[in-house]
Amino acid sequence: MRRIISILMENSPGALSRVVGLFSQRGYNIETLNVAPTEDETLSRLTLTTVGDDRKIEQITKQLNKLIDVAKLVDLTEGAHIERELMLVKVRAAGSYRAEVKRNVDIFRGQIIDVTPTTYTVQLAGDTDKLNAFVDSIGTDNVLEVARTGVSGVSRGEKVLTL
Amino acid sequence: MALLSGGEMLVRSLAAEGVDFVFGYPGGAALHIYDAIFQQSEFKHILVRHEQAATHAADGYTRATGKTGVVLVTSGPGATNAITGIATAYMDSIPMVVISGQVQSHLIGDDAFQEVDMIGMSRPIVKHSFLIKHPSEIAETVKKAFYIASTGRPGPVVIDIPKDMTHPHEKFEYVPAGPVEMRSYAPVEKGHTGQIRKALQLLVSAKRPVIYTGGGVVQGEACDELTILAKALNAPVTNTLMGLGAFPGTDPQFIGMLGMHGTVEANEAMHNADVILAVGARFDDRVTNTPSKFCPTAKIIHIDIDPASISKTIRADIPIVGSAKSVLTEMVKLASEIDETVDQDANASWWAQINAWRERAGIYHAQRYEPSQGELIKPQDVIKSISKATNGDAFVTTDVGQHQMFAAQYYQFNKPRRWINSGGLGTMGFGIPAAMGAKFAHREADVVCVTGEGSVQMNIQELSTCLQYGLPIKIICLNNQALGMVRQWQDMNYDSRYSESLYEDSLPDFVKLAESYGHVGMQVTRFEDLDEAMTKAFAMKDKLVFMDVRVDQSEHVYPMQIAPNGSMRDMWLSKTERN
Repeated sequence: MRRIISILMENSPGALSRVVGLFSQRGYNIETLNVAPTEDETLSRLTLTTVGDDRKIEQITKQLNKLIDVAKLVDLTEGAHIERELMLVKVRAAGSYRAEVKRNVDIFRGQIIDVTPTTYTVQLAGDTDKLNAFVDSIGTDNVLEVARTGVSGVSRGEKVLTL
Repeated sequence: MALLSGGEMLVRSLAAEGVDFVFGYPGGAALHIYDAIFQQSEFKHILVRHEQAATHAADGYTRATGKTGVVLVTSGPGATNAITGIATAYMDSIPMVVISGQVQSHLIGDDAFQEVDMIGMSRPIVKHSFLIKHPSEIAETVKKAFYIASTGRPGPVVIDIPKDMTHPHEKFEYVPAGPVEMRSYAPVEKGHTGQIRKALQLLVSAKRPVIYTGGGVVQGEACDELTILAKALNAPVTNTLMGLGAFPGTDPQFIGMLGMHGTVEANEAMHNADVILAVGARFDDRVTNTPSKFCPTAKIIHIDIDPASISKTIRADIPIVGSAKSVLTEMVKLASEIDETVDQDANASWWAQINAWRERAGIYHAQRYEPSQGELIKPQDVIKSISKATNGDAFVTTDVGQHQMFAAQYYQFNKPRRWINSGGLGTMGFGIPAAMGAKFAHREADVVCVTGEGSVQMNIQELSTCLQYGLPIKIICLNNQALGMVRQWQDMNYDSRYSESLYEDSLPDFVKLAESYGHVGMQVTRFEDLDEAMTKAFAMKDKLVFMDVRVDQSEHVYPMQIAPNGSMRDMWLSKTERN
């Protein structure tokens, strides 16, 4: 089962490599990863998605918690949560197909943020399925380049990940 | 206001931690630090002959005392040589602070002379690591390093110090470190009282309980509490390889080591138990054999200071996170308060069953190997002879292999911290330097390194260190002229194809070797001479004695669990006889 784990960690050199190193060292997979400082500059928030059964996820969260630089973490998929991923996708948009791309972008509520005579660069946010569906609808033949941020997320309601 | 160089700050900070010994080896990037060491008298620096030995010596010192060991090496090869010893300490949860010199900070990343990424290289085998970025960080970092290394589940911590951070002419204000405050690190000491009560009730109501304890009880100083609880429950106690000495080895309630080369009674008791109390042990693969076949009828209570060790390989029914000492103390207190008592009949029949296993196959009940005679010296008898000569009270270090297992089986440790071996990583070359560390800590005690002619050659150069510091350790080499454990596996699993496990007359004359290092060398080739030679060796209180004992090459370590796909109780008792 796919899980989203969000981690608050010290914003110090080496902290990220400890988290990533732990995954390779213990044979866990990281499917997506994003990390940036939080409103408190001494902390970074790292969100990753991984796949595993309950037992494996329990080990992963315990091992992560053991890292000295990790202050707190949450498995967002344990409760109601919101997840988003941002994608920039450069699409061939020439001739009659140009209008079709625009229609698709509108349907998916994306934005065209760069235009050339033959390409559109589309910005699209949503969950992973939505982003995949957009790429499918455009057709991989017409997709020139994809840059995705990886999943980020928060719990719904009052629940927060903070120190 | 004191203005000090980074090197001086480091030295002061180490002294503030109560450090007695620093084990190390100088080199370019560490020279400023060594200059500061030369000008102090708070602690003694021990010059080893190889950085790996520095880490093992610090490790041996720690295991013999409980105090955090300190290592100092230079950058590059100094750092890489230390890696094996750091990994050894990491696997056995030994508190250690390793200070490595680094190239000057402006050169980092340039592939400078003797530069390696020590922080990156050691990352998977340290509890934590620090890179010093300014001399003013040194005091606080050292304090944190000792705190992290020695609290919670202990482990090694690396402090990498670029050379410019310790320059003797660049002085800064020295502010001694205050109490450690870390928002992201708060180890749990005290267990959950509700869980402890539940666990105790389960134990008291058990008909076939076993107490299985590991290194956590030794390092957590919880041996007395363990003994009180075991006596109150009249339960059998088994120790892991790391846990030997936590419970008196000659006590009738002790059923021996468990696991791969554990006793029949220990492995049978585990397999047939209805309740297992695991304390400071981690259910590793050398204990459990096949996890899916592990102890099918047992409910498992697991006390450990490291939450990640609980339910990692074997699911615990009652997990308790906390230090062995705190949790066992609380359990002992609760035991005196509750009304329930152990069912005497069930307890008696459980002991009758255990005693039946002991009588049938126990290694302490009868001699399970061919008797030694003439030129046939059985390695087991050498261990028994050492035990006799030292009244079972020596600090015993080992290397890795058959001799290690024989020592674990036959020495019978009655006190904690006497048994010092590389359990998790299985590091050959550990024995001599670890014995040095133990001897520095206990100058009056007998310190023995039980080794083999294979392992001992992996850090033999430390005989020179032993001469320099006058360390009269006793090295007993079980010389079977082969890599014994490798040979045993090849014999049992590879149709006796002894691939690269024989030395073909290439071994040194160990007597002359010891003598050339300024020590006493002895050789024993006949069983009749063994005890006398042993007594003579231990009577030489001021001399290091290297005793080369020619033992039977064909002897195997038994019992031996059958893997893969075996349960705990599936064991070979000899080459042809199964349990």
